[in-house]
Amino acid sequence: MKIAVCVKQTFDTEAKIVLKDGKISGDGINLIINPYDEVAVEEAIRIKEKQGGEVVVVCAGGDRATEAIRQALAMGADRGVHIKVNDPDVDEYARAVMLAEVLKEQGADLILCGHVAADDGSSQVPTRVAEILGLPHANVVTKLELGDGKAVCTREVDGGMEVMEVALPAVITCQVSLNEPRYPSMKGIMQAKKKPIANVDAVAVESKAKIIELALPAAKQAGKKIEGEPEDTGKQLAEWLLNEVKVEVKQ
Amino acid sequence: MDFRLTEEQEMFRKVVRDFAEKEVAPSAAERDEEERFDMDIFFKMGELGLCGIPWEEEYGGAGSDFVSYVIAVEELSRVCASTGVTLSAHISLCSWPIWKFGTEEQKRKYLIPLAEGTKLGAFAITEPSAGSDAGGTRTTAVLDGDHYVLNGTKVFITNAYYADIYVVIARTGPKELKHRGISAFIVEKGTPGFSFGKKEKKLGIRSSATYELIFEDCRIPKENLLGQEGEGFKIGMMILDGGRNGIAAQAVGIAQGAFDFALQYAKQRVQFGRPIAEQQAIRFKLADMATRIEAARLLTYQAAWLESAQLPYGKASAMAKLYAGDTAMYVTTEAVQILGGYGYSREYPVERMMRDAKITQIYEGTNEIQRVVISNMLLKD
Repeated sequence: MKIAVCVKQTFDTEAKIVLKDGKISGDGINLIINPYDEVAVEEAIRIKEKQGGEVVVVCAGGDRATEAIRQALAMGADRGVHIKVNDPDVDEYARAVMLAEVLKEQGADLILCGHVAADDGSSQVPTRVAEILGLPHANVVTKLELGDGKAVCTREVDGGMEVMEVALPAVITCQVSLNEPRYPSMKGIMQAKKKPIANVDAVAVESKAKIIELALPAAKQAGKKIEGEPEDTGKQLAEWLLNEVKVEVKQ
Repeated sequence: MDFRLTEEQEMFRKVVRDFAEKEVAPSAAERDEEERFDMDIFFKMGELGLCGIPWEEEYGGAGSDFVSYVIAVEELSRVCASTGVTLSAHISLCSWPIWKFGTEEQKRKYLIPLAEGTKLGAFAITEPSAGSDAGGTRTTAVLDGDHYVLNGTKVFITNAYYADIYVVIARTGPKELKHRGISAFIVEKGTPGFSFGKKEKKLGIRSSATYELIFEDCRIPKENLLGQEGEGFKIGMMILDGGRNGIAAQAVGIAQGAFDFALQYAKQRVQFGRPIAEQQAIRFKLADMATRIEAARLLTYQAAWLESAQLPYGKASAMAKLYAGDTAMYVTTEAVQILGGYGYSREYPVERMMRDAKITQIYEGTNEIQRVVISNMLLKD
């Protein structure tokens, strides 16, 4: 089975985001594989280990995206395709077109992705890819079983779960509870060096949406300190809750 | 000249740091308190490929180098010095001599399981009356037919009891031959006549295993001689040369762990209306700590790089271990000072790090012996 995994390189989830000239500053920020995509990589490797096949990692991004591909290769993927994207502001539509173009060429039996990216959280790209390629699609999968030419996916739905069957090839997005991604082993890291990464130019496509402003959440306000004697502070607190926080009191 | 790590080494550091923080750090204080060695952590390190970093893939290794090895020891020691020394003793003291001096057969039989992390290794040179003076080894190995018969006692053996494979230094020639009458052997746990004495109760690195070894007419096959008869002292000294890189890395890791904690604390601890990190007395401490750590790290990486490049590294590794050991002691003591009363409390990790740091000035040759090694080389040139 040939499995393609789409990975996005994102800021480290623990990184402190700083805005510079209205954009997120990349200075000194650690880049990682989007944690949801890491789950997709792990799932692909597990399927390969179980039934054989090939795992191809596809990543659209700037020069540093090679690091994300290398990490997936160190975990056990076989080869990578790096779609060179120099404009970091490409929208989900353009990104999906670029990925779909490469995925079409690869002709995988299964396309796995994380269900959301930890940075922009838009949850659009895999769905758009499925649409462009005209493939069946299952989202937010927590359990994946492969049968003869089909995949049985257990997915999270509001307040419960749903089991869905799709014919392969299909685009399936992973929820973090699907598996626990492995650490790349030292041997894996050494072997990753020898695995091929193909560099391809992104297909020319115009973004349809544009980010016009980015803002950080408002800084946390300092707490309110109430001082005085207990009977007095109790009264002050109650008044503050009623009048300023506007807590609704039900009789 | 390029001071950057390779892309693989950078990735490897991230992986080990992540592993150390998730799998090793959470139980570090508890294992220290209970003086409990955890074999499961070693097996997990094996799965990650940490147990055979520098060895070729055909011997179960990762095919990497000694720089990656010291990075692993450093990152483990940053959260748990006991786990750091477990790996250091396993690789530098037990696996290395088998890799360097072992026959093809010995490598297949012993190096592969050591590298894969299915078996733990240990090294036994120190005796009650032969510490710094290893030429005074009293444990004897007498050839009797197809076997050597071992008799004697070894003390302070890291990884002992849990280890499956031991490299043991013993006397094969008369006492008058001094260090020329000493040989090295591979001894398996479970060999009749090989038992363990008391478990050492230690100041620091309390969750690493330290036991006495007792040999009473212990018969080991003749083919378990490592290298040639009479080469044991030389092998032992070479083992310690490389071992010093591992201990230097352990010391750098301990210092970094204590520094990181003290820095965070200093930024948050408010006294006299502002964080103590704004007081010059604290800032200057932090600056000195960070500078010494960086110097110790560069010495350590340089020594490991020299070993990987197959260049002489004995002087460099002695300097690295001397400086890094003293740095670990200095930095951890300052970290305790920055935390004040909380630093002295076992609620916080820096007192453990300070207890752990002390051993890095003592084992793999005391820092006084390092100065002997370094000055001998200076005067020989």
